[in-house]
Amino acid sequence: MITFSEIETTTKRASKAAGFSWGVAEEIGKSIRSLELFGLPGIINLNKYLKKIKIKHPKKIAKIEKKNKTRDKELCPIYSGVAFLDRCLELEKLKSLKFYKVSYPLLMLPFISRASEMISKKILVQFDKSSFLLNFDKSIFSKDIEKQAPSIAKVVNIEFLENKNSFSEQDWKELYKLSEETFVEESDSLKKSAAGAGLTDND
Amino acid sequence: MSKLNIKLRDPNEVMKLSRLGSFHQSKLSFLRSFIREFKDWEYKRNIFELDKDGYGVAVYSFEKKKRNYSLICFAQHINPNERSDRVIATKWDTAFVLHDGLPARSDINRLKKNVPKQEIGRMSYKELTLSRANKSVRVFDHVVNSLSEGNQPDRNLLNKVGYLYRTTAVYGSGKFGLADRFRIKNRKEVYGPFRLEMMLVYLVRQFTFDQVNHIAKNKNPNKAVQLDENIARNLGIGNSTGLGMAPFIVNHPTLLHKWIYNREKALKEIRSIEVVNNDEFNFFKDCLTKSKKIIDTWLTDSEYQNKKINSLKSDLVKFDVFLEKNCSIKTKYLWNEIYLWVEKNLKEECIEYIVSMMMEPHDKIIDPLINNMSSEEEQYFSIPGHRKISDLKTILEKKYQSIIKINFKEKNSIANFWFISKNKEEPRVANRYEEQGAELEQPLAIARDIKQLYERILKANQSETIADFLLNNDDLRHVVRRAFIADKFPYSEIQDNTIGASLMPIDMLRLKLSFFGAVKFDPRSDKWLRINMYQGAPLSHELKNSDDTWIYNSLN
Repeated sequence: MITFSEIETTTKRASKAAGFSWGVAEEIGKSIRSLELFGLPGIINLNKYLKKIKIKHPKKIAKIEKKNKTRDKELCPIYSGVAFLDRCLELEKLKSLKFYKVSYPLLMLPFISRASEMISKKILVQFDKSSFLLNFDKSIFSKDIEKQAPSIAKVVNIEFLENKNSFSEQDWKELYKLSEETFVEESDSLKKSAAGAGLTDND
Repeated sequence: MSKLNIKLRDPNEVMKLSRLGSFHQSKLSFLRSFIREFKDWEYKRNIFELDKDGYGVAVYSFEKKKRNYSLICFAQHINPNERSDRVIATKWDTAFVLHDGLPARSDINRLKKNVPKQEIGRMSYKELTLSRANKSVRVFDHVVNSLSEGNQPDRNLLNKVGYLYRTTAVYGSGKFGLADRFRIKNRKEVYGPFRLEMMLVYLVRQFTFDQVNHIAKNKNPNKAVQLDENIARNLGIGNSTGLGMAPFIVNHPTLLHKWIYNREKALKEIRSIEVVNNDEFNFFKDCLTKSKKIIDTWLTDSEYQNKKINSLKSDLVKFDVFLEKNCSIKTKYLWNEIYLWVEKNLKEECIEYIVSMMMEPHDKIIDPLINNMSSEEEQYFSIPGHRKISDLKTILEKKYQSIIKINFKEKNSIANFWFISKNKEEPRVANRYEEQGAELEQPLAIARDIKQLYERILKANQSETIADFLLNNDDLRHVVRRAFIADKFPYSEIQDNTIGASLMPIDMLRLKLSFFGAVKFDPRSDKWLRINMYQGAPLSHELKNSDDTWIYNSLN
């Protein structure tokens, strides 16, 4: 089995060889390692994408806005991902963003996943029939993910999710009530000797 | 808190290569912390299936609370013309792997097909570290012959060489299929840096003793004697080390910071002691006396190293006089007085030697630091894109003061380049004007790239964000990342030019090896050197009762 360390090192070198700068190649190395750790097909997608851009290196994304299109044929998932990550604190204010015609959109995910950790919010990413819930870079929850993921997405939707619980207040109350059964009722004598008892706090 | 308010030493001085290349082993060194951590583990020789010539398989293990680490050794015959310490070698006298747990026969059979092949073999996540070693043939044969005749070997010869075997690489952390670090990093006993590499080398040392005893016994069953334990204890394991180590300290800035910072913190705390205890002061002097005897065994043909050794020896003579005439525990802040005198009067080689020695009596200061020598590097990888260019400018001017003064338009400032060799995938350094391949330069010319970054940000809009700056300057992204790391971790960056004409790559190796705990630095060129590890260390059956000053026991 190829190790994650080998994946990161080789990916970094291959990305540099494909025309990315060392700094961006370092980002790609970490990203592909992360995708593979989460069980997503990072190597397959990167390999295909690097072959695709061998003849013509993609353009960098100049600015990130609510809706992002390119005059070039397709948006590069790496440059889009890196630019998104670098600006995630300001982009959060937009609540949601769209990227149109993104090559190998799966490759954008790890950058957005790291952004989720940086801004401490879950992020929902959708393209084609696939949805990905990015949880603070701790996990990526997904359904309907094809084994190899699409080579292009018409549109990638990114939505910053507000920090809220996945359960109702009633669910919580019920669980909390059960947890109280581990507590001991204090007697009057115990209350008198507890920390702070008998002292004035107005000294 | 000390009334003197002693500060940590300035990174702009400590992180110069000449200073880093003068570091010595200390109580913080990894092979010493390995022994402290594992001294109460159960050591066992589980399998010893060698033929009469010493070829075959052996397994050694450490066990505690149902956790085992096992060294699997494969010894084979090779022809003299196949024996090479160079990384291009394809056969070795012995090959080793550290296995997580006790290996089943099926594991041993699987590993037998892979471990002797080293880089072209494949290990599994159950293996932790990998290595190989060649005999020091002259010493090995002498020891076997002597023992088989019922005699102990010539101590003078052994003192000169210091080992029976020399390793030529120790691999870990996910290389060649070995377990990735994240799989084991939460185990307390192996959290320290290179702990498993240190374990492998320690167990290899025991194998070398068992092997010579075994061969001698088979050679002459009636007459052979066992290697005297006092002689064995004075033997370590040699190591030939090349440039593979150098990029490591550049590529792991937060880890480098942790190593140096803890050393500096120890020194600061020691200097801040107001009243020096008599026992501690005597202990310091005792370690110093013992250690000085060992310096005479540091033999090398390297003019560079001999200059360093001679400088150390003559400075130690001066230091002895100072110690005798001027140092009394009646002096308040005696350690600080000693340090200030040393810094003012001695050269770097001896300054750092005394700094290491000053740590010896101070377990209470050092022990907590030992558990803080690792770094979770991933946490510091992201670039704060929201920060302003003016912030970055301030960081560069503060953290890279001397670097941004270097003139990289001068030919000599960019004389070298670092690259990865195609045949062995190993780092190398070459002259930019004489060799081909500079266009494939590795990102290890940090000083040059930092200077370039500084020149560009001087022209940039200072209120621009880093994210915006990187849109048009992503060729410098790798050093933007480093600058923000250096802002948080002052000892993370070598404050020197790693591609200049005067570069001594062995200074980079020496830095790392000193933290390993290596001694007897013997440069064979400016790019590789030989060292010794574990000379004087307790033998495996002595571990439980050993103390931490074993490093000064050799020859004493």
